[in-house]
Amino acid sequence: MPSRKSRFTRRKFIGATAAASVAFGVPTLLRAQARPIKVGLVHPITGFLAYSGGQSRMGAMMAIDEINAGGGIKSMGGAKLEALLGDNQAKPEVGVSVVEQMQEAGVSAYIGCFSSAVALPATQAAAKYNTPFVIDVGASDNIVNRGLKNVFRLKPGFNASVDDGILGLGEINKAAGNPAKSAVLVHEESEFGTGTAKLLAAKLPSIGIEVKEVMKHANPTRDFANLALRIRGLKPDLVIMSNYQNEYVLLARTLHQQKVDLVSMFSVLGGGFNYKFVKELPDVAQYMIDTNHWFDPTNPRAQAMKKRVEAKGDLFTFEVYLSYNAVKFLADGMERAGSADKEKVNAALAASTWSDHFMPYGPTRMVNGQNTGGKASIQQASRTDIEVIWPAKFASAKPVFPKPKFS
Amino acid sequence: MDATILGAAVINGLLLGGSYALVAVGLTLIYGVLHIINFAHGSMLMLAMYGAYFLLMKAKIDPYAAIPLMVAAMFAAGYVLYRGLIGRFSHGKDENILLITLGLSIVLENVALFFFKGDSQTVTVSYSDRMVALGPALVPLPKLVSFVASLVLCAALAWFIARTDTGRAIRAVAKERHGARLVGIDVEKIFAVSYGIGIACLGAAACLLIPSFYVSPSVGHLFVIVAFTIVVLGGMGSFIGALVGSLIIGLTESLSGLFLGEALGQIGISLIFILILLFRPTGIFSK
Repeated sequence: MPSRKSRFTRRKFIGATAAASVAFGVPTLLRAQARPIKVGLVHPITGFLAYSGGQSRMGAMMAIDEINAGGGIKSMGGAKLEALLGDNQAKPEVGVSVVEQMQEAGVSAYIGCFSSAVALPATQAAAKYNTPFVIDVGASDNIVNRGLKNVFRLKPGFNASVDDGILGLGEINKAAGNPAKSAVLVHEESEFGTGTAKLLAAKLPSIGIEVKEVMKHANPTRDFANLALRIRGLKPDLVIMSNYQNEYVLLARTLHQQKVDLVSMFSVLGGGFNYKFVKELPDVAQYMIDTNHWFDPTNPRAQAMKKRVEAKGDLFTFEVYLSYNAVKFLADGMERAGSADKEKVNAALAASTWSDHFMPYGPTRMVNGQNTGGKASIQQASRTDIEVIWPAKFASAKPVFPKPKFS
Repeated sequence: MDATILGAAVINGLLLGGSYALVAVGLTLIYGVLHIINFAHGSMLMLAMYGAYFLLMKAKIDPYAAIPLMVAAMFAAGYVLYRGLIGRFSHGKDENILLITLGLSIVLENVALFFFKGDSQTVTVSYSDRMVALGPALVPLPKLVSFVASLVLCAALAWFIARTDTGRAIRAVAKERHGARLVGIDVEKIFAVSYGIGIACLGAAACLLIPSFYVSPSVGHLFVIVAFTIVVLGGMGSFIGALVGSLIIGLTESLSGLFLGEALGQIGISLIFILILLFRPTGIFSK
């Protein structure tokens, strides 16, 4: 009888295992097209932040395509931007690896990383080569506080966003007769959530809101039922959340299901507060308030881009327009530097007074890599849309505060 | 600690365990018969959840009504996968099956990522936010349904394995495949049927999860890692072990979340896993 002897040798086994581990753990680096100025996009395309990473990449690619269609970087003879597409998998070590790989591929600047946890080591890796790194999303202030000369951020970080959020919340609360006197903070465990919650806890008393408890949760979390129980037991007026998309939605949904009565649910840089949330879970989203980066609704270019994104069946989330504007900011720097020389581009970005964006900011003014001209606004969801409710200058609706009770 | 909160946490934990049970039962069945860890289990769950999602969004079929359809479709998918891919290319070697299922999971996840993007999808059905008072806890109806359905389906599966001819053949193959072949059982077919049933469980699990959970290309990881722990805890290949293990893990996760905080809730699971490996590596219900 012929035996079916296995040809699966030890060598093959080791090879196959190595191939599998490469596929799981090592970043993928794809080259979009072969053109002169290479810009590395370091976003989480797979893993638990994949949606946000995909949105960031889309925004960045729209800007790159627009710049190239408009004749590229004119001061460099119309040099086109070429995107190097990286996947940081939302893992710090993978982010560093992507940066190193792109460096090998001759990258001139980076855009990234969506998550602060990845941005911290990734910018440091890029600093070894002095390669400009523009942070599109990533709120930790440590990203720009470490004295790295190659790191720039257009949008406000934790501190400024929390300050704006506290200021706005204080004004909204005061205008409503101070119905909110206490809060429970719920945050995710990484740099973003922990940092935001710490700042909030320190600053909320200044607007007369007592912090009853700070609750941390893991990423990912499968069930928030117990957390909802504890919140109900504490009877706070506000639940203030700082977490990423999936946990933000799951927590909001659980609190809604458990009918936890609150004056409001508030967040600073709430990862799941977007059009998709309103569309999928309108009952849950209604009345939720978030402090975040928002486009200037009065700017026709913002509205035109929103239409373009929506026409493709996508949502105009903050990742899209922040990454878009980050690339435009970088391109402006390169245009003024007249060269892809890293030193010159870094100097041009540091001296930037760019105002051709559609954010509710003034011209850029960089201090230690942070744009001090950036400002966050406060939004509230209705059943069908998201309205800006603070500052009054950009507001498209009045706040519903306190929100109606379940009973 | 308030007794009401503690009681509610126990109920939440048991319900959570119920939702783990179906994923774990399928995994333990496949292990019990084929003696392999099915690395593609999480990806197949993800696929089933997308199936349930699209049946609801495109064909307006309620997830609960879709259970028979999804169970049949996932059984067929599992059967065909085993016959056409896993069985054919494994050449009878267990390590090959491991690698094939691992490869399959990578392919499935990336295909899902390509077609559905990294976006997580959430659905709302009329009963999504309906709550039921269960002692001290207010539990969402979908979770209660999922728990009861898990128990019923586990019991049905146990009955099927114990009482039907196919079930007997599966047990025979699991115990002694050469002996089973000698008495005329088509072992390859039983392998494929077992793999199909294991995957079919995921069809039911997906329909029960989707009204209260999100689906994304990586959603399988969330459940399958817990399912692996449950299978080891209960005893690899044991149904009752998988069910009891699920409830223990659900309770542990819920209570350690309550006492240690949600960020450390997972520690309880890992701790149990380590203790089991140290003191009873074959699991609670192993023979």
